[in-house]
Amino acid sequence: MAVVLTKKSKVLVQGITGHQGQFHTQQMLAFGTKVVGGVTPGKGGERIHGVPVFNTVAEAVRQTGADTSLIFVPAAFTKDAVLEAVDAGVENAVVITEHVPVHDALDFVHFAKSQGVTLIGPNCPGAASPGEKAKVGILPNMIFRPGDVAIASRSGTLTYEIVNALSEAGIGQSTCLGLGGDPVPGTTFVDALEKFEADAATKRIVLVGEIGGTAEEEAAAYIEKRVSKPVYAYIAGRTAPEGKRMGHAGAIVTRGMGTAQSKVKAFEKAGAKVAKFPTDIAELMKKAKK
Amino acid sequence: MKLYEYQGKDLLQKAGIPTPPGRVVSSMKELEAAKSSLRYPLVVKAQVLVGGRGKAGGIQFADNWDEAKKHTQNILGMTIKGLKVNKVLLVEKIEFAKELYASVLIDRSSRKPLFLVSAEGGVEIESVADEKIHRKTVNPLAGVSGYVVRELTDAMGLEPQVRHQVQDILVKLYKAFRANDCELLEINPLAVTPDGKVLAGDAKAILNDGALFRHPDLEKVEEEYTPLEQEARAQNIAFIQLEGKIGVIANGAGLTMATLDALQEFGGAAGVFLDLGGTDNPEQVTRAFRLMKKAEPSVMLLNMFGGITKCDTVARGIMAVLEKEPVDFPIVTRIKGTNAKEANEIFKNAGFTTANTLQEAAQKAVELERGGPASNGSHAKPKKATVTTKGGKK
Repeated sequence: MAVVLTKKSKVLVQGITGHQGQFHTQQMLAFGTKVVGGVTPGKGGERIHGVPVFNTVAEAVRQTGADTSLIFVPAAFTKDAVLEAVDAGVENAVVITEHVPVHDALDFVHFAKSQGVTLIGPNCPGAASPGEKAKVGILPNMIFRPGDVAIASRSGTLTYEIVNALSEAGIGQSTCLGLGGDPVPGTTFVDALEKFEADAATKRIVLVGEIGGTAEEEAAAYIEKRVSKPVYAYIAGRTAPEGKRMGHAGAIVTRGMGTAQSKVKAFEKAGAKVAKFPTDIAELMKKAKK
Repeated sequence: MKLYEYQGKDLLQKAGIPTPPGRVVSSMKELEAAKSSLRYPLVVKAQVLVGGRGKAGGIQFADNWDEAKKHTQNILGMTIKGLKVNKVLLVEKIEFAKELYASVLIDRSSRKPLFLVSAEGGVEIESVADEKIHRKTVNPLAGVSGYVVRELTDAMGLEPQVRHQVQDILVKLYKAFRANDCELLEINPLAVTPDGKVLAGDAKAILNDGALFRHPDLEKVEEEYTPLEQEARAQNIAFIQLEGKIGVIANGAGLTMATLDALQEFGGAAGVFLDLGGTDNPEQVTRAFRLMKKAEPSVMLLNMFGGITKCDTVARGIMAVLEKEPVDFPIVTRIKGTNAKEANEIFKNAGFTTANTLQEAAQKAVELERGGPASNGSHAKPKKATVTTKGGKK
């Protein structure tokens, strides 16, 4: 069945008339995604690649029955766009926009949570379920291949690298979730793991993490307790200079966690296989199969 | 963006949190103009974004105008840990009977604002014992309700008169944290005077870069960046200067970090982190490449995965710059994804060292940096060695 996105998902694009919105609507349609509508205030009645445009999300949902919204609007208006989507009753909202003010993310992440909406992003490449022919976001179409590996990642191009290497090795994917690199994401590794563990189409899991925050350490703790499927991981930033941005107060909160070393150690302790180079994940999987 | 102490205090003051009266000046002329408003004894404090100001002589006490003048003269223009002091804050000296600690920051784990408070302030919070630091997250939808600050002050064990003032300050601190788009807003020390008044002895604020557009009046602070990094920031290019000599260009922060890591696996070190992002806009590629040139790397490593971004467009952008402005360092490329074949042809014809995998590219970059004989070697299909030796160190 895959998670978040299935072949039944009806997708709406907020910001469909913009340059990015138009281009990626076309790409999603080519992937097989059911893009049923777009929203740009003031542009209702237009059509983009045959997709009807509405003035508001509420109207679009009423007319099309859309359950998933993809958000492309500029950073300053992203909070409003997410609140609008959640309020209109979508089940999933995926936010591609980068440089979203972190205090706006605080607000819309918790609003989505309170309404039971699955929010992915901000600052993420989107999600894809290759076997379901469904993709939302800016992930390149050609890297995917249907299969049983679920991927959750905090990085964009690194995800493409890893998925592409898997596909080249003949290993397909059930679902790929780009969680985004921002400090306050809508979906975390733990949220993703919970979905992957419950998904019948997923047999193996890949997590692509990076330095900063403690999402990987929390994921490792969750794997130990709740995940039965094999987990593979890659962590970027082993050699990045230590981020001093949060100063001492930040260091207190993470208490030694947040470094690449701490994350690798936590994953290994939880029984996950950690790759040294991104493309090695495919190698590790092939070895495990033998 | 980190703020200077005086900007942080200004932010607290506007939120209604008591701070000792002070004036900030950037010249002796401005000091003269402030003369009548100064109250003694006072402290003259260098405004720089590094710790250890006191030890470096950047904090001095003055009992009268002559001393204030002397210290201001000395501190203005002095260099602390490589940073020039352009401003000093003259602030009334207050007696502390007790020093507390209070901050709000964004807690990535709970994805909520988090209060940290302690009855033991005035020192670096890292050195305070864990059980003496009290924490409380705030659901941003609910905001800071009375019970939140009651719990915190209760844990701090404050006497009634101080407790009420601290509660009031914590509520205002949270509001200022939210209203000003802070990633961190810290008062250390939160000072208690001998007559029981509570006020902010210092202020540290980090604003979220993504929200600076909402605070257009705020003076930009960029001294934590190198001149080249500032130039990059102005052009919206993610560019960081590091200790090593190999310049790395990749697309996407994660992939760029992975490239840095790969270099280290082969004993090398990056000198530049340049994340091209999702662009193949020739102008942006040109600007990025020019910045890389200015950083004078000994070798450059381009690692790219083209998804929506077309590899050959980026390759043509780079060649367009090189034709006009050749470089004297060797270039190693590793290209994968959309139109990678075409891009590889372009780079091979240009005499670059091309690699098929990140591992191979990292190894070759490290060899070249050491002046060694990198070639399109073992992992690659046999082809002519295309090493450029112009910039290789002997």
